[in-house]
Amino acid sequence: MSNTHTTVIKPKKIFSFSDLKEVWEYRELLYFFTWRDLKVRYKQTAIGALWAIFQPFITMVVFSVFFGGLLKIPSDGVPYPIFVYTGLLFWQFFSTALSDTSNVLITNQAIITKVYFPRLLLPLSSIMTKFIDFGIAALILVGMMFYYNYTPNLIGLLLIPLLLLITFMISVGVGLFLASVNVKYRDVRYALPFFIQILMFVTPVIYPASIAGKYSWILALNPMMGVIQSARAALLGTTVLNWNLIAISLFATFILMILGVYTFKKTERYFADII
Amino acid sequence: MEPIITVKGISKKYNITHQKGGYIALRDILTNAFKNPFSFIKRKTKEIIGLEKKEVFWALKDINFEVQKGEVIGIVGRNGAGKSTLLKILSQITPPTEGEIKINGTVGSLLEVGTGFHPELTGRENIFLNGAILGMKKVDIERKFNEIVEFAGIEKFLDTPVKYYSSGMYVRLAFSVAAHMETDILIIDEVLAVGDAEFQKKCLGKMNDITKEEGRTILFVSHNMGAIKQLCNKTIFIKNGEVVNFGETENIIENYLSESKDNTSESWENKKDEFNNEYFKPEKFYISRENENDIYINIEANINKKDDALTAGYALYSEDGTLLYWSYQTDSNESDWPKLNIGYNKIKSRLPIEILNSGIYKIELIASLYFKEWIITPNKINPTIFFNFSKKFNESKYWIQKRPGIVTPNNKWILIK
Repeated sequence: MSNTHTTVIKPKKIFSFSDLKEVWEYRELLYFFTWRDLKVRYKQTAIGALWAIFQPFITMVVFSVFFGGLLKIPSDGVPYPIFVYTGLLFWQFFSTALSDTSNVLITNQAIITKVYFPRLLLPLSSIMTKFIDFGIAALILVGMMFYYNYTPNLIGLLLIPLLLLITFMISVGVGLFLASVNVKYRDVRYALPFFIQILMFVTPVIYPASIAGKYSWILALNPMMGVIQSARAALLGTTVLNWNLIAISLFATFILMILGVYTFKKTERYFADII
Repeated sequence: MEPIITVKGISKKYNITHQKGGYIALRDILTNAFKNPFSFIKRKTKEIIGLEKKEVFWALKDINFEVQKGEVIGIVGRNGAGKSTLLKILSQITPPTEGEIKINGTVGSLLEVGTGFHPELTGRENIFLNGAILGMKKVDIERKFNEIVEFAGIEKFLDTPVKYYSSGMYVRLAFSVAAHMETDILIIDEVLAVGDAEFQKKCLGKMNDITKEEGRTILFVSHNMGAIKQLCNKTIFIKNGEVVNFGETENIIENYLSESKDNTSESWENKKDEFNNEYFKPEKFYISRENENDIYINIEANINKKDDALTAGYALYSEDGTLLYWSYQTDSNESDWPKLNIGYNKIKSRLPIEILNSGIYKIELIASLYFKEWIITPNKINPTIFFNFSKKFNESKYWIQKRPGIVTPNNKWILIK
């Protein structure tokens, strides 16, 4: 037993880098939360992990039939199914992360009111599970690229982890904000599915950004647009890689991150009192 | 030597909000802001510059104490005295409003058994999950795994989801994980009050081992004076959010019990004009005995404003704080309700002593606007009286002493065949 570990409990604590250190100290719990969420989800559904493939795949088929086939929405010169699937892959990471994160504090309220751990772990773990879903669903994309005969270039392949990181950070930023607001105002979760749906239509998931013509820079303020646009450019060569777009995305993402973490840290200490 | 825990001037304030539904809806705030923009702005500015007075409740007031390494400290006090709030602050679940605590060592807190258990996961998986939530490292859980399973006695069911466990098995497993935490300081809330008598004994034994052999520091809240006496060398007595006494366990328990006895008054009067509000002002609250079998709870109150939804009554608690029931004047068929009118009202209700066991009962006056809001909330600060009841045993020659259990109904048995 060591006496080196000293804790000081004081009325208020504002965000400091020791918080990040603490998250690192609790990394095992982060792993266990993620592991629990995955395990429980795949135990509860009959088709288990296939669910992660099933959902984007069926969405892709439906979108391809209606938007690509019947409505003839342009797709920057690549087949519509692979065009929309690339978008959906990143979009589903973001949207499911958002809706899970916003409820994560409420679904774990029994733990929050009884045990101390950095509260940040809960939203983080629910976003982590999305990496696994992404990985599984990406297998379909690989299959489609073989089928349609697309070979990504090296820069494109190297870019994917960066785009995934941006998506992760946007999810953290917006998710943390929504999670803390949801603890205080319980009707937020009813508005959220609607909000996410609207977001999908203002993000070029089912249509190319080029459709907006010279106003497409407005869409660029939405960091998810940069991610999806660049992913298509990198993997399918729809357009030339636009590094400015990625820079704008990164910038917007950082602002969202700061906003999210700040709101979360501000309300975190009182979760147990108001939840 | 520097104390392992130093608590300096800890206070905790809660804002009391009078909401109908419990949670705030963003919708309500937005509609309010749009409907009455001026009053909304006025209230917000008042809030910001701190003019508006909120109703506050101090759950803890200026708590100071020190704990040395290896000490086992008991914490006693009535329900609502602030014991659990103190443990929550020590476990960092909620921050104090004022003051500072310094802890030299790792803290494990056990405010509930089985925190974070997931019904879909197996016993094995839950041991790891629960252990991690309690702050154990994976390697430590692995090292202690066999011990945990053996103590809980669930070897055969390790790979069964815990949703199929009996409640006894569930509690045994949960306690077992917690009992194998290896922190310097252990904070324990009334968790021994679970499981069957035999398991409770086993838990007490385990706790004894932890304290005696391993020399750890423990803070232990309980209503079970026997357990406190057995485990703790020093005890803190908390009353209304303040430390009344801190010292040798024997003395403190004596002090606590004698003080509880002083409070066993059978009547209450609204002397200081507390509990006055828009609708209802209780004046007297007492027990009356018309004969040996007919004992009544009486409420005398002024009705200030009539409301059909006004209900007044009492909550009955057993000695250990378990709620037996709530009763209101509106319990029966509506045509039989006593009509309450503006002005002075006297109502009474017979205590169902047939089902009550011997013991000291706590009776709280409660009142509400039915389904809208509490006027006098149960288990907060209420007009309170005590009823000391010794059961008269019935005619049976076999029923000649106090029976276990909360209720003792006088049931009839019939021969069918």
